[in-house]
Amino acid sequence: MSLEKVFFGFFILLALTLNFGFVLGEFDNPDHHNTLELLAVIIVNLVATVLKFGDRTQTGALLLASSLVADLQLFAAAVVWTYAIHIHTGGMDAMFMASIVSLAAGALLANIVSVVLVIIDTVNLRR
Amino acid sequence: MDKVIFLFLRRMRTPLMVLIGAYTLAGGGLLLIPGVDEHGEVWRMDIFHVLYFLSYTATTTGFGEIPHDFSDAQRLWVMFSIYLTIIAWLYAIGKILALVQEPAFKQAMGYQGFDRHVRRMQESFYIICGYGDTGSMLVKALVQRGHRVIVIDKNPERINDLELMDLISHVPALVGDASISAHLRTAGLRHALCQGVVAVTDDDDANLKIAITVKLLNPTLPVVCRAHTRSTQDNMASFGTDYIVNPFDAFGERLTLALQSPGLYLLREWLTSVPDAPLPRPVEPPRGTWILVGFGRLGQAVKQGMKSLGMGTVVIEEIPERADPDGPCLHGRGTEADTLQQAGIANVVGLLAGTDGDANNLSCLMTARALNPDLFIVARQNHCDNRDIFKAAKPDVTMRPSEMIAEAILAHLSTPLLARFLQLSLEMDDDWANELLSRITAVTDEVVPEVWLVNVNDKAAPALVRLLQEQPVTLGALLDATHAWRDSFNCVPLMRVREGEALLTPGPDTDIRTGDRLLLCGQSRVADRFHHLLRDVQALRYLVTGYNRPDGWVWRTGSRRAPPGATGHTN
Repeated sequence: MSLEKVFFGFFILLALTLNFGFVLGEFDNPDHHNTLELLAVIIVNLVATVLKFGDRTQTGALLLASSLVADLQLFAAAVVWTYAIHIHTGGMDAMFMASIVSLAAGALLANIVSVVLVIIDTVNLRR
Repeated sequence: MDKVIFLFLRRMRTPLMVLIGAYTLAGGGLLLIPGVDEHGEVWRMDIFHVLYFLSYTATTTGFGEIPHDFSDAQRLWVMFSIYLTIIAWLYAIGKILALVQEPAFKQAMGYQGFDRHVRRMQESFYIICGYGDTGSMLVKALVQRGHRVIVIDKNPERINDLELMDLISHVPALVGDASISAHLRTAGLRHALCQGVVAVTDDDDANLKIAITVKLLNPTLPVVCRAHTRSTQDNMASFGTDYIVNPFDAFGERLTLALQSPGLYLLREWLTSVPDAPLPRPVEPPRGTWILVGFGRLGQAVKQGMKSLGMGTVVIEEIPERADPDGPCLHGRGTEADTLQQAGIANVVGLLAGTDGDANNLSCLMTARALNPDLFIVARQNHCDNRDIFKAAKPDVTMRPSEMIAEAILAHLSTPLLARFLQLSLEMDDDWANELLSRITAVTDEVVPEVWLVNVNDKAAPALVRLLQEQPVTLGALLDATHAWRDSFNCVPLMRVREGEALLTPGPDTDIRTGDRLLLCGQSRVADRFHHLLRDVQALRYLVTGYNRPDGWVWRTGSRRAPPGATGHTN
């Protein structure tokens, strides 16, 4: 067991679980989705992306791609949130919340792909 | 490019993690620590403002405290986060700069650039392995003649020299060992436009390895090699290396030729020197006993040649193991007067200063000349940089191995038929050579003539092929046409090859047929015009037949009614 593998798996799983936690709740209800949770998801996702840098294998490339997709979706969600709170005169409403959660749900899919890839890779190693 | 990006990303892992960590820590603190606004109400920063605030403090821009003035607790934390984020940024930037400066990264970038250049090569090119004295001369001459060249050398300093050279076309260069097959492949060994590989590194083993690699990976590609020992030469020849230059054997043969037939020797010198240089002077080494100083590869080759002519030699050699087994041999350096006197310098006709040290060769030359001013002296110059002092010392013949190799390879690459001509010329006598020499002198104006090949086929000489379909053309008529056109100098035909059979110095009545190959020599200007004329049907027909046939549909139809009287008439 190497510490690097633990670190790697930890962040990839954490990105998935946090993302899942954020999406969980009533779809367009702002009370069910915490901004700090989204922040945590973004940071953990960034760390996971950086950890995937520099792997030249086919799996490595796919892992990096899925992480970049998740980052892009989450950034979009964060931008929508900032717009709703600070720029939009009406403040946060159900429509904004719905698009934020749907973007984050997209990121969740990408994170699931990441975890599945890691599991497949590990299983192949065992053989 | 892939490799460089991955290298970059891998090295960026730690700095990026440090940056994310620093921002998370500093931002988290700002989110948690409460402030008090002007109305006395407690407030907390939101994520957007934290990010905004950190963005301008971490990059040392500094816009002040927003959205409200900070409390002292917040200020304490901000102070900490400023130092934290700035240090993180400095660390990351420092890492990026260090990475860009790193030799491995630079080399990877250089390799990628080289690879791209080679893959995008649109013209035919040669690969030159080794950029020493020989290599640089070869590259310069090839580029001047309009060839494209790719260079591999393992010494980065030499590649730097190449980049500083003022060459007409860009020469992609790779720092690396040319005997490694991956490097040769990157340099375009399997490129469709690669015309040949030249191995001129100063290491015989490396040259051998290059030749084998080329013959295995691209068997049809010609490979030209430099070899310093007889065994390497035989080894290279055994697997079909197309052309091998051994400077010492070649010089031995040339000196023998000069002793045997000065005319043939001079002819060879004129035809193989770099075009447009001053014509080499005639050399007539005397026959008789010679002193050979240094009995290495050069000394042995020269001795062999002299022995075949029945001339006596006295060898002076410093290393006892290399002493001459048959014939008189003295032990010494050959630079002192007493050794030379012991060798009987007063009674010999010539001296070869042929050691591998330039200073010794010069010292030997000067001592010998003081002892016997009439001596014919051949000196070996090993390094390019010593050209000036060798010029000042005025030996009768200077032997420059690197230059000899470059000239031989150049002659082989640019006109392969020339080598055949020179081989055949050895069977001719001195009178034949002298007659040819006087004809060449008449057309060249005191500079080394250019030797060029004319392939009488649709691609290289469409005008001539078309004219030959209309009427027979003799060589004399063709040459007169060139001569008349723009009043240029004439040129001298050296050889005609028809179906593998060679005819030396064909006369003016020789007929030309499609499929022939002609070897001609004359001024380089004339060569250009000649090539031009071979593509211009109108001009060639007019110059050969004296009849200006109308071209274009209207004129041709018009002239059909009055059949020209000039058709079939040969000039």
